[in-house]
Amino acid sequence: MMASLVSRDDEDTGFFAAERRRSAEHGSFLAHRRFYWAKVSGGLALFALLTYLLVDVEPRHNGGSWYGYTLGTIGLGLIVWLAWLGIRKRRPTPGSWSLKGWTSAHVWLGLSLVVIGTLHTGFQLGWNVHTLAWALMMLVIVTGVYGVTVYATLPARLSQNRREMTREQMVESLGMIDRQLEAAAQPLSREDTDHVIAALEQDVFSTGVLDRLRGPDRDDATRRALARISTGRAYDHDEDDIAQQKVRALLGRRAGQIDQIRRQMRTKAMLEIWLYFHVPLTIALLAALTAHVVSVFYYW
Amino acid sequence: MGRGPAGWGGSDLAEKLRVAIVGSGPAGLSAAAHAASLGLSHVLIEKTDHLSDTIFKYQKGKHVMATPGNLVLRSDLDFDAGKREAILDTWDRQIGEGKVNALYNAEVVKITGTKGNFTIETKKGDVIHAENVVLAIGTQGNPNRLRCPGNELPHIQYQLDDPAEYNDEHIVIIGTGDAGIENARGLADDPKQRNVVSILNRGSEFPTAKDANVKALLADHEAGKLTIRTETETRLVEPGWITLTTRDGEIRIQCDRIIARIGSAPPRKFVEECGIAFTSPDRNAFPKLSPMFESSTPGIFVIGALAGYPLIKHCMNQGYDVIEFISGNTALKPADEPILVEKFKGLPGKRSTEEWLEFLRADVRILNGMNPLQMREFMLGSDTRAFKRGEVIFERNAPGSSLFGIAQGSVAVEVDPNDPSVTVPIEQGSIFGEVGLISGRRRGATVRAAEDTIVVEISRLGALKLQSQVPSAKDAIDRISIERQLLQLFGSGLTSQDVGELVAAAEVIGVPAGQTVIEEGAEDKDIYIIRRGSMIVEKNLGGHPVFLSYLPAGSYFGEMAVIDGSRRTATVRAAIKSEVVRFPGAAFTAMLGRKQDVRQRALDDMAARREINDFIESRKASFGGAVDMYSQTAQFLLDNGLGEATDVLLIDEKLCVGCDNCEKACADSHDGLSRLDREAGRTYAHLHVPTSCRHCEHPHCMADCPPNAIRRGPDGEVFIDDSCIGCGNCQRNCPYGVIRMDAKPPKKPGLLPWLLFGSGPGPGEASYAWRKQAAEGTEAPKVAIKCDMCSGIEGGPACVRACPTGAAIRVSPERFLSVARLEEVE
Repeated sequence: MMASLVSRDDEDTGFFAAERRRSAEHGSFLAHRRFYWAKVSGGLALFALLTYLLVDVEPRHNGGSWYGYTLGTIGLGLIVWLAWLGIRKRRPTPGSWSLKGWTSAHVWLGLSLVVIGTLHTGFQLGWNVHTLAWALMMLVIVTGVYGVTVYATLPARLSQNRREMTREQMVESLGMIDRQLEAAAQPLSREDTDHVIAALEQDVFSTGVLDRLRGPDRDDATRRALARISTGRAYDHDEDDIAQQKVRALLGRRAGQIDQIRRQMRTKAMLEIWLYFHVPLTIALLAALTAHVVSVFYYW
Repeated sequence: MGRGPAGWGGSDLAEKLRVAIVGSGPAGLSAAAHAASLGLSHVLIEKTDHLSDTIFKYQKGKHVMATPGNLVLRSDLDFDAGKREAILDTWDRQIGEGKVNALYNAEVVKITGTKGNFTIETKKGDVIHAENVVLAIGTQGNPNRLRCPGNELPHIQYQLDDPAEYNDEHIVIIGTGDAGIENARGLADDPKQRNVVSILNRGSEFPTAKDANVKALLADHEAGKLTIRTETETRLVEPGWITLTTRDGEIRIQCDRIIARIGSAPPRKFVEECGIAFTSPDRNAFPKLSPMFESSTPGIFVIGALAGYPLIKHCMNQGYDVIEFISGNTALKPADEPILVEKFKGLPGKRSTEEWLEFLRADVRILNGMNPLQMREFMLGSDTRAFKRGEVIFERNAPGSSLFGIAQGSVAVEVDPNDPSVTVPIEQGSIFGEVGLISGRRRGATVRAAEDTIVVEISRLGALKLQSQVPSAKDAIDRISIERQLLQLFGSGLTSQDVGELVAAAEVIGVPAGQTVIEEGAEDKDIYIIRRGSMIVEKNLGGHPVFLSYLPAGSYFGEMAVIDGSRRTATVRAAIKSEVVRFPGAAFTAMLGRKQDVRQRALDDMAARREINDFIESRKASFGGAVDMYSQTAQFLLDNGLGEATDVLLIDEKLCVGCDNCEKACADSHDGLSRLDREAGRTYAHLHVPTSCRHCEHPHCMADCPPNAIRRGPDGEVFIDDSCIGCGNCQRNCPYGVIRMDAKPPKKPGLLPWLLFGSGPGPGEASYAWRKQAAEGTEAPKVAIKCDMCSGIEGGPACVRACPTGAAIRVSPERFLSVARLEEVE
């Protein structure tokens, strides 16, 4: 398209390998390789469903038939491989793997387990270790679906709220406001100062799950101090009016900064919280599966 | 403190010494130690009350490196990499044991006389007579002075020892480097001192100061402790007042004291007053020297940093050598001899090192203007290689910014990528590879040896130095590069004769970032080639500029108006600081008239460009928003360094979940330290440019690396090798803040022990506390660390491979700023 000195030939040079890598499609993990894994997963589920309907198992479909064993083996293999993602993502070994590809396969193949796992049961559910494994699997998938949903919807919000600030910068900004607030509040009356002190002493970074999920716009010490110093007094011609105005402005900035931090913490929490169910449930599932498989073969 | 002979101090020393050594840095110390061991009468003159002030002023506990590793140390003093204190202790002890005559607190103000009879005067009034003088004063310790009227007034000072001494004063600090900021904060720190402190900044940023210092300064400003005046310069100094030029005009403020901290420069004035000539009027030029380090004033020798050698080992070797030369051993071979012998070992033909140097100097035309000492030093940074007939010297699209000179034989350039049999010869004595050197881009063509050939490969730094030292070499390189760029532009079919007229009429123009070269609607008729940097093409649509395309170095523009005589159809302006070559349109038209096939090619290119313009214009009517978005995103990316990048990491924040797996993978692929900061950096329309190396075409970090440790690797990556001395120059020079100084942490436990038993800090960069504790007793020195694009790691950059959602991508500007993006935006 333009007279650059680069032409599109000599394919085997390292330059073109790099160019290929760089122009690797830029898109979401869900759409990776034009929904390749979605298609594989859909095909797998469809194939399982069709064979389930076509294959005649006597007396009825169950996990112990040859067909049930086949599905079970496929399901077990999938589950173990899906769980391996936890290792894969923490091990940046050399090689031309892409974690995005892995995530894509993880999500879509994981979804196909709903069909494969359920057909494997032959709809024979009960209060036993076998159904426990199935139930855990379904729970893992449900939490995973939540994860996919937030991954697809929340990141833009995270980016918007950040306004180019890093976490450290947000915390630093708050610290700076606090230092100025402390100096600016010196001339205020005793009661007003107490409110400012209460605001300064408040714990912004309460780490409890519920606190994090509650997000911004709370009635906290900062807002109470702001309310006290603003309400009805904004136009008073007090001696210390200038000091009050300054404190009011700083408290306003403080409230805004806290909101930004809390919004960030909430969005991050929503992006992460499901993992606290997904991963332990997966480990429980692996344990239940072991019990399931051992008991099946023990009582063969 | 003076450990010198008794009776000195304001007196005239009658005895004439064999050599006086000025400056007690590594070079001067080593010279003095050797003079003492040879029994030469000598004196070592030091301005301060301690030896080696530059190293003395290093921060406590700093690890001092000993590069280059392949250079042997030739000195009576010991030196090995280690802590500042250990090195200074060793030298102090050995200088004492070696019976060196040192004169402390003696600042030399004047050197007069001729060889055999020099008189050296110090500030205190000491007078020393010596037959020879060795200047080893380095380049520090000579603060830059204010240049405005009133600069000689006594209330201007260039250093500040104790900020607590000053009370109730209006103080103006000039310069916002670390020194200036620390001074200003010190003076304003205690409100009880009641100082009114202002700090002046010429610009609006603080590029030369440490981040922590800048933040603290800004905080002080916000808190009202001091005032930062940006975009302000001094205009006039009067007792009690200072007049400043600001963006909004001049202001005059009260000022009882001025503290100027505006850097230091080689003490050129003093050196010139000694009668020593410099190689050029350039601010950073070095004195002219003979192979024996003798300056243009016979009897005065210059060694060390002032001679252009910033590394400690070089300095110490030169100290030894210069004393040998003075004592009559002119046959001494420099300590770098074995390195040169090694360089010439593999070459055919039996020649001594001197013969090889002379052979190269005489046969490669651009080297003709060098002297033997320059040639020696030049070869240390260069390489000679022999190629058999037909062997490839470099391939098209290989990265490389070195310059080649043909000492023997000739080469063939494959100008047509589709047909290797079409070649252009380059003859003995000439050069090639200059396009890579000038543009910083990949090689434009494959070059093979046309017969058995010996070439000298000149590193980028060597070539830059050569051009600044030997003006004729610069002219030759410029002329050749212009001609070759023209020849390559339209592929084969042109010869030197065809373009001779154009080359003669060509003019190289520097274009600052943002400046317009061609204005839409104008009627000028010149054609341009981008020599270095890059340009963007814009068109005014509906009242505001719309981005059309990005032109990298090597592209040409302006041909439409020349070919069809129309007005300029678009505006072309520099994306970054660039250089273009301008050719007069008439000469170009004449050339096209003679070469119909070239004309056809030019017309084809033009049609393709028209198509893009039309495409964007048509979209503008129907998808105005998308075009604006595309245009603004392109501008945002260019503002963030994409214009000079070769490979940059971007993060699509519509996909980024903030897991930091990119940083973790980066750390785990590289000695446990991450080379990228995902969160930091600018964002526009959810496209985020994190703090991570752009692998610039002309890397700023390479500009001032004493051991020359920063180079471009085989995949185009800019990387730092093991010879880094941890000086931090590259960190300061990088405009994008992507280089960090840190110590390589010890190895941490593997992934499984962490998963199962929680041992170690887990994946990713360990916390500072963990690193500090784990390294207890085995601390590694701090070195510069930056992205190497995971060079040598199969699969490529770990940051991209380890991104679970596809948010992290690496792009090259010409790919990413292409029209294809517009369709994506839509």
